[in-house]
Amino acid sequence: MKKDKKQKNRHVYWNPYFGGFLLGIIILFTFYITGRGLGASGALKSGVVSIVDSVAPTHAEKNAYYSKFISEDNSPLNTWLVYEALGVIVGAFISGGLNGRIGWRIQHSPKITSKRRLIFALGGGVLFGLGAQIARGCTSGAALSGMAVLSTGGFITMLAIFGSAYAFAYFFRKNWI
Amino acid sequence: MGPLIPNGEIPIEWDSIIAILIGIAFGYVLEASGFSSSRKLAGVFYGYDFAVLKVFFTAAVVALIGVYYMDYLGYLNVEQLYVHPLYLWGAIIGGVIMGAGFVAGGFCPGTSLCAVAIGKIDAFVYVGGIMLGVFVFSELYPLFEPIYEGYFYGNVTLEDSLGINPYWFVFIFSIIAIVAFVVSDMVRKRVKKVFY
Repeated sequence: MKKDKKQKNRHVYWNPYFGGFLLGIIILFTFYITGRGLGASGALKSGVVSIVDSVAPTHAEKNAYYSKFISEDNSPLNTWLVYEALGVIVGAFISGGLNGRIGWRIQHSPKITSKRRLIFALGGGVLFGLGAQIARGCTSGAALSGMAVLSTGGFITMLAIFGSAYAFAYFFRKNWI
Repeated sequence: MGPLIPNGEIPIEWDSIIAILIGIAFGYVLEASGFSSSRKLAGVFYGYDFAVLKVFFTAAVVALIGVYYMDYLGYLNVEQLYVHPLYLWGAIIGGVIMGAGFVAGGFCPGTSLCAVAIGKIDAFVYVGGIMLGVFVFSELYPLFEPIYEGYFYGNVTLEDSLGINPYWFVFIFSIIAIVAFVVSDMVRKRVKKVFY
């Protein structure tokens, strides 16, 4: 870590305050137009409901959770959040493309193997997916959009997510630092 | 007066088009802020990169001030906005599980979609994990139902729960955010740098 060769990060991103300001404007605009906030996990839930509904329709109808999101005349994928999530992928692809960040790779700390990274990614995803259902929303839908309208539930979810992530950070430190 | 679609000032047919356009803007800003990189995101938990804290709290403060300012000026009726409901133990237990998933996997759902868009294989696996988690929840729903449906306090705001004036809260919250930004910069200077 001496001055021999000044190390730099591979990519330069926006100033976080600039990005945060624009993100805040997007949330404000979303509330102004639609009366609701943003979301992300809801689209993945719709994906799961739709898969289960097409593979095992009777099972999906009998299940008390899937059946909340299934109706006769509408696909579970025809929701606002699914369209928004498709937009997120397009928008991120444009930004990544303009800045030369597109390419197949597994990003991980040099201290761990790709296999370890993927195992932890899978486990982390399972936990996040489960938690987002219990809390009825993720960092976007519950925490960020909730905070924008002073929702008590949004603030509690935000504190729980970040509090728990800091509390567990010690156990996962080898993956990151 | 806003919100425009619920008040019929923009026809409901535009809903899905607007969803895609808002999504594109959301995805663009997240990716450009570096949220497609799990190693940048995880930095907030180890003190080597506070982009998550800065972007997240700046966005919350801007949106919060904007919503209440537009309400004050009469462009937006804050009473009509959807308030995320409070299911107390669902919010706490779900949040704690999400926090563990965040630091283990390095993404949250929105950021993992951004990373999928630029070809990160770990993000594909993470998204698969989220869907598996949703599947597990749904299949074991009777087990989770008491916390999912219980301890419901309505679609309450901090004004209802704590009885504080929203304008004061916005002011205090903004001060807290600024203090957090200053402290995070001091912490980052003391922590060993991580390059990614």
